[in-house]
Amino acid sequence: MGMTHIVDRRLNGKNKSAVNRERFLRRYRHHIKKAVADAVHSRSITDIERGENVSIPARDTDEPIFHHGEGGRRELVHPGNQEYIAGDTLPKPPGGGQGQGQGQASPDGEGMDEFAFQITQDEFLEFLFDDLELPNLIRKKLKDTETFKYVRAGFSNQGVPAKLDVVRSLRGAHARRLGLGGARKKKIRELEEQLAALKSAPEELDSAFSHKDQIQVLEDEIARLKANVKRIPFIDEIDLRYRQHTRHPKPATSAVMFCLMDVSGSMTQMHKDIAKRFFILLYMFLRRNYKKIDVVFIRHHTSAKEVDEEEFFYSRETGGTIVSSALKLMNRIIETRYPPSDWNIYAAQASDGDNWNDDSPICSKLLEDHILPQVQYYAYVEITPQDHQMLWYEYERIMERFPQSFAIQQIADPGEIYPVFRKLFERKAA
Amino acid sequence: MTNTTNLPNAPKNNRAREPISTGSEWTFDLIRQYDVEIARCAAEFGLDTYPNQIEVISAEQMMDAYSSVGMPVGYHHWSFGKQFLSTSKGYQRGQMGLAYEIVINSNPCIAYLMEENTLPMQALVVAHACYGHNSFFKGNYLFRAWTDASAIIDYLVFARRYVDECEERYGVDAVEEILDSCHALMNYGVDRYKRPAPISAVEEQRRQKDREEYQQRRINDLWRTIPKPGGEDLATRMKRYPEDPQENILYFIEKNAPLLETWQREVIRIVRKLAQYFYPQRQTQVMNEGWATFWHYTLLHRMYDKGLVNDGFMLEFLQSHTAVVYQPPFNSPWYSGINPYTLGFSMYTDLRRICESPTDEDRQWFPDIAGTDWVKTLHFAMKNFKDESFIQQFLSPKVMRDLRLFAIENDDQEDVYRVTAIHDEPGYRDLREKLARQYNLSYREPNIQVWNVDVRGDRSLTLRHIPVDRVPLGKDTGEVLRHVHRLWGFDVHLESIDDGTLVEEYHCPAQELETR
Repeated sequence: MGMTHIVDRRLNGKNKSAVNRERFLRRYRHHIKKAVADAVHSRSITDIERGENVSIPARDTDEPIFHHGEGGRRELVHPGNQEYIAGDTLPKPPGGGQGQGQGQASPDGEGMDEFAFQITQDEFLEFLFDDLELPNLIRKKLKDTETFKYVRAGFSNQGVPAKLDVVRSLRGAHARRLGLGGARKKKIRELEEQLAALKSAPEELDSAFSHKDQIQVLEDEIARLKANVKRIPFIDEIDLRYRQHTRHPKPATSAVMFCLMDVSGSMTQMHKDIAKRFFILLYMFLRRNYKKIDVVFIRHHTSAKEVDEEEFFYSRETGGTIVSSALKLMNRIIETRYPPSDWNIYAAQASDGDNWNDDSPICSKLLEDHILPQVQYYAYVEITPQDHQMLWYEYERIMERFPQSFAIQQIADPGEIYPVFRKLFERKAA
Repeated sequence: MTNTTNLPNAPKNNRAREPISTGSEWTFDLIRQYDVEIARCAAEFGLDTYPNQIEVISAEQMMDAYSSVGMPVGYHHWSFGKQFLSTSKGYQRGQMGLAYEIVINSNPCIAYLMEENTLPMQALVVAHACYGHNSFFKGNYLFRAWTDASAIIDYLVFARRYVDECEERYGVDAVEEILDSCHALMNYGVDRYKRPAPISAVEEQRRQKDREEYQQRRINDLWRTIPKPGGEDLATRMKRYPEDPQENILYFIEKNAPLLETWQREVIRIVRKLAQYFYPQRQTQVMNEGWATFWHYTLLHRMYDKGLVNDGFMLEFLQSHTAVVYQPPFNSPWYSGINPYTLGFSMYTDLRRICESPTDEDRQWFPDIAGTDWVKTLHFAMKNFKDESFIQQFLSPKVMRDLRLFAIENDDQEDVYRVTAIHDEPGYRDLREKLARQYNLSYREPNIQVWNVDVRGDRSLTLRHIPVDRVPLGKDTGEVLRHVHRLWGFDVHLESIDDGTLVEEYHCPAQELETR
């Protein structure tokens, strides 16, 4: 009889199937991309940060093998006969089906001819942002230059000597010594009191009543307890406390994203909705590329205001439109908080194109003289199904002068967000 | 329910019961203690096993193991990823539980235990896998003849490395294409009747280099088709190649396909070797699962008799056991064919009964084994048969009655199904024969062999299908043929010949209609 060897494998590599899973996703990337694009269109984009269910026609994932088809004469043995005897006949179900329990539907209504599975949020985003890249930025470079800093993360009772926390360790040792020795020491004190009392008592004349034996017993007991207490180690392995540290990613390249949005009266709910989706998609994309990124939200009508993400997307305000107010605010924020020498600056602006006519040249000037020289990329989306407005024509001129860092696109309905988004941030051939 | 299992009677001798444990939480130490005791019981019954290696893994790792068909090392392929996705989906939704264990026919015999199992479950798994399956792997003649338990892990490592290297050199897509095609023919990558050499990794690696050189030369010889002057006689020209039909299609392609690169031949060989490794398992499902189930049942009852486990343990164990051997009747919505655990367990249990307390019927049906030593008889049955012959030999009238087996004929030339035999005196032999045939691999899979290569002409390959009872080929046939075509490199034909008549033909590439 052989020896049995028992191994704990639980900490060994899980995810052994990761490569095979990746191979599967790779093989069906066209199906999955389509499912992801559909999902972006149909479900609310605010809960985009989760995985997605993908269904692929089962016949596309089939692994064909030679097998028997229907027809001919087949004979099968089954269990659970109740009433049949040899020679009995049973009518065949109409349509010549095989009967016998095949072809039931799955309980959740998914057809059996679909191979359905889940992709994770990460995979979802990977497919969503496939082929996309922030302009003038190489993703790989970003990843390679990523550095870490160590951040304190509590204490542990295992570690290297260099990380030993002396104060905590000694405090633990003290508590342990108290815990283990306290009762004994109390007992010693009691016994010593009794002993002192006995010793101070007058000596009995009759040796039969002498305290000598009692004193001896007490002294022995005290000696034994003291020895016991002495054996409690001053410091023990379980007292030791080590400082713990964990690695936190520290982005080597800092980037800031400015989101500018028009919330003036001319922007209908539909416009805002599209703009919101565009920014959310953008925001997700940035979070994907940077471990840490600053995002500044500026909303404007006749005046501009820096707001937090929540307010940017979800609060309502109305009024006229002066686009330059937002540009001025952005410029001020860059000057005070994001010096271009330290920051990669990106900006995206969404508007219905409506602007006070006098203001559009001011916008041009602001962009050309101040903003564009400082930013990596500025994208403008005009959300309107109608003809271009004044601002668009101003911006078109800018684009001719700054083709590398300025781009404009038009979106007419929500279905166009994704393609436009892709187009704006498409990998530019090197 | 076929097996009503009651708690065994309390041990007759009044020995003090000292169970190994009373709780349901397992520890490594407890597993070790159970293993020692189970091993002791197994030795009492003469179970001969490879050394065991028990590996405790998480549910996630179990899903990993599942999707690589239980192989601890495997080459990468999308189909394993597909398997993983559907397993994890089913598991997360609670539609399926994971197997409590996976056991690998290797030496040492590797058994995976899931950490979620309770202690009684771990004990059940140890008895089932480490002593049941393990002794089956070591004893059954098919496993002895077809697999080399001590070499499989090394071979898998070799295969993984080789495929990895090919992917690096020739690209993932090129390797994936070959693997896809090989998988499509995997069931036809086995010599069913000849005993192949067991696989061994060291030997493989040593020979692989030689093979690269020899192989190409051999193939060139076959395709040297310069016509001899003066012509040959008709007989030579009409001679087929291969002279006899070849059942191992993958082997034939590996050795004869004109255009394959050497690495592609090696990949075919790897898939072939794996097919060979799994071949015995496909033919002994009833026997193997039945054997393991019979022994976990018997060994744990022995533990109970010894007072090593308590009533609570037995209740939990029996609950799992009953679920494992549950056979839904044919008209139940859960019915999906005969449960191999039920059939195998019932047969071994009944064999023991026939040995220990035979009835007149048993003496008449099994004169050679009625009243014999049951341990010896069961071992004999385990060692020398496969599912088909095991059923043919040992399925008793009592088991047929207990399971209420009956046979139904479905003939497409008739308007009705016909009950052809049931569990009664006139039906027993017939029923047993029919059930045995059901486990014959060539009855389960179409009989397709390499018939001819047009060596002198267009180099096309012709496969021949011999239908049984007029059963035609399934709807995947055209797809599979495309894979054959990819491997072969020239036209591929498949003809169904029933009783000398061509009943169906398939071609790849599809043949143009002659009416053009």
